[in-house]
Amino acid sequence: MSDKEIINLHPRIFYPLWKRSPLSIITSLLIFLYIIFSINYFNFSIEDLLNGFSKMKPILYSMVNWNDFLSWNFNSILIGILQTLAMAFLGTLAASIISIPLGLMASRQVVRISFPRFIIRRFLDFIRGVDILIWALIFVRAFGLGPFSGVLAIFVADTGTLSKLYSEAADNSDNKQIEGLTSSGANKLSTLRFGLIPQVMPIFISQSLYFFESNSRSAVILGIVGAGGIGLQLSERMKAQYWDQAFFIIIIILIMVAAIDRLSRFLREKIINI
Amino acid sequence: MSEIFIENHNQKLKDLIFKRRLWNIFIIISLLIAVLLSSSIIDINSSRLLNGLPRLGDYISQILPSLDSSSLFLDSNKEGSIAYWYFNLPKYLKLLFETFNMALLATIIGSSIALLLSFLSAKNTAPNSFIYFMTRRTLEFFRGVPEIIFAILFVWALGIGPIAGIIAMTLHTTGSLGKLFSEVHENSDIKPREALKASGGNWPSEMKFGLLPQVLPNLISYTLLRFEINIRASTILGFVGAGGIGQELYLVINFNYYEEVSAIILLIILTVISIDLLSEYLRKNVIEVDNVR
Repeated sequence: MSDKEIINLHPRIFYPLWKRSPLSIITSLLIFLYIIFSINYFNFSIEDLLNGFSKMKPILYSMVNWNDFLSWNFNSILIGILQTLAMAFLGTLAASIISIPLGLMASRQVVRISFPRFIIRRFLDFIRGVDILIWALIFVRAFGLGPFSGVLAIFVADTGTLSKLYSEAADNSDNKQIEGLTSSGANKLSTLRFGLIPQVMPIFISQSLYFFESNSRSAVILGIVGAGGIGLQLSERMKAQYWDQAFFIIIIILIMVAAIDRLSRFLREKIINI
Repeated sequence: MSEIFIENHNQKLKDLIFKRRLWNIFIIISLLIAVLLSSSIIDINSSRLLNGLPRLGDYISQILPSLDSSSLFLDSNKEGSIAYWYFNLPKYLKLLFETFNMALLATIIGSSIALLLSFLSAKNTAPNSFIYFMTRRTLEFFRGVPEIIFAILFVWALGIGPIAGIIAMTLHTTGSLGKLFSEVHENSDIKPREALKASGGNWPSEMKFGLLPQVLPNLISYTLLRFEINIRASTILGFVGAGGIGQELYLVINFNYYEEVSAIILLIILTVISIDLLSEYLRKNVIEVDNVR
């Protein structure tokens, strides 16, 4: 076979690129135009960037230069870490508890009429549309500074997401067990208790654990708006330009998050195996 | 014979139930202990909660607009109209546009860098284990540090404005997408690449023709998901001065411009939800069709 024959045999593969996939060419062109537009829109200038980065050089240097290490206030850092963990734990636990009824009510499997389901789902969408930091800011205004506002922010933000995940888990559950219970004369409550809950509980728990994990990350940033925890220590030190201590705290946070990752993965595997 | 079997069986069942109950009691007790410990650490008590709840109610009723049904569609001079509530709409829209652009630009740049790095951090495409290890750790660092922390740092270096936020989001996007992309690469089929190698293709063409067509739908889908996340993130980066509508929100919350708080939050929710829906539509329809083709 000559080259020409092969090309004729598979015309689509050997078309020039613009003929083969016009969509990708258009997309690349659009992205290119968009980048030019945004360089203008944001007034990007290489000079400013270089200036900024040269300003960062001493910061980066002081980050790793821990010469007064022993004089740092480790006590407040430790309390901050404990507070962050406590906030994440309480917020996730409270959200998980309230998400069970909310999630079940938003599920097709439990509530057959679509109207209440629709209302609950839109309400959850509404909660999820607001970032956790905005909730934290609102609660700080209402309840004052401190970790308590952080717990409430985690609680509200997680209720939105966890309820949705719970309702999806219930939607995806197997109908047969519920039907079996119904056909043997069980009432609504016992079909839920013995038909649905045993199926979805492991999923609920592992999702909650996953959220505890991700909340121990988000609890870190809540301190920036004054909602307590290690984030408060970090942002205070960054504002005061104690870059060395700030970097130390970032490392501690990374270690903490990695440890919780491990723990939660271990527990999730355990739960699925029980 | 069968009676013995049933008895045995019942005994086993009882043992199982007993064991299960013991586990449950153990879990509940340890949860209770954890709750008590955490509450004592962050100093929560019921009186504070009870005192706070009415205040929260007050706050919410304060930020809600006082709309009047008779003057709902009058112009912005009349109290109680929607136009009065949203008298600052042009400013909000301008800021929302900035927020949107921050997220989009950070997603584009971040995903491009992530794509380049993902070849180095996937086990089956990395040139050697040292580069693999180093890229992985770097990506982990960028992913592990929250973007708002990066934003504080860049605001300090580059000044207040959206550029600091864009760079912060770009770093975080690179970290998380780089990891996801490299996992997609690792799950790809090696056969097309082997065929290319056998017919004399070099490394770039191996990647371009053997790997990318397989992984591209997944990569685009992850990028769209990340764009949703970045839209959310860019609404809050303004809290530390890194541009977007968050700056305005921070201001109105702290200065107690009550009705503006709800106006901005509603706009943010609408933006986030519509972007989510758009991205879901794109992921479900456009990409999968492309994949089948």
